[in-house]
Amino acid sequence: MRATLPPDALDATDRLLINRLQDGLPLTHDPFAPVARAAGIPETEVVDRIAALREIGAITRFGPFLDAEAMGGAFCLCAMAVPADRFDEVMTLVNAHPEVAHNYERRHKLNMWFVLACERPEEIADAAQRIEGQTGLKVLRFPKLKEFFIGFRVEA
Amino acid sequence: MTPVPTLDATDRRILKATASGLPLTPHPFEEVGRWLVLPENEVIARMQAMQDDGVIRRVALAPNHYALGLSANGMSVWDLADDQADALGAQVGALPFVSHCYLRPRALPDWPYNLFAMLHGATQDEVEAKRAELAALLGTACRGHDILYSTRILKKTGMRFAGEG
Repeated sequence: MRATLPPDALDATDRLLINRLQDGLPLTHDPFAPVARAAGIPETEVVDRIAALREIGAITRFGPFLDAEAMGGAFCLCAMAVPADRFDEVMTLVNAHPEVAHNYERRHKLNMWFVLACERPEEIADAAQRIEGQTGLKVLRFPKLKEFFIGFRVEA
Repeated sequence: MTPVPTLDATDRRILKATASGLPLTPHPFEEVGRWLVLPENEVIARMQAMQDDGVIRRVALAPNHYALGLSANGMSVWDLADDQADALGAQVGALPFVSHCYLRPRALPDWPYNLFAMLHGATQDEVEAKRAELAALLGTACRGHDILYSTRILKKTGMRFAGEG
């Protein structure tokens, strides 16, 4: 869902929960106790409100965030400069590869950006080369060299 | 590269059981234990170990950017002097409007940029203002920058778990 919620969809308690629960939950018997105390509501109401927020689409999920790479996978951001008159043909060829996890059109000379997701690192180069062979276009590879700690939080 | 932490079958069962979310009850780990016939303290200990190893980044809520009014985003890219890229990248990643921040290799001559930072705002103008803020922060260590807006999602699939059938 890409629509913005009406401003009165969330009350102050909902906003507090959204803001606080973006930080990690303690892994304990009663993980909602601290946020319940901060909000001045019982833990049962915290979980009911999270369910309601999911229902109206204010949140997309609530649970563990995994590091796919730490799980043993290999990933690589790739980009191609696709001529406009071949865009649909190339998109079909690229998307047909199961290793292509997602693919975005972007406004730039390099206009197709996709992520290759493989079980082992050596499979990344294979997949990129197969795409180059099929399309006759260069696949630029941008593997992650370093990931920086993210302070990003959505203020509700 | 850091070695891949070893997950056993029970760890994977826990991850699979919680992949679509934690059960919404006041004692969610007890409930996961009920599903998997495991004691709550084992569920907690295993999840804590996976979090310590970095397999689980955190257990948290994922807000829907769009629903909360952050409808615009752009992939900003920066050509930073190599000897300053680490320190500046850390500063950029810590900004509240940057959701992903990575150092990546350049692909000369096509692509001179080595820092990628995803910027978010309510509107494209707001994203541009944040880009200007970032440019000011980076100063002369930055030799050029650009921003790429997505115009279409061409494919989107969930990531598959490695080693999962």
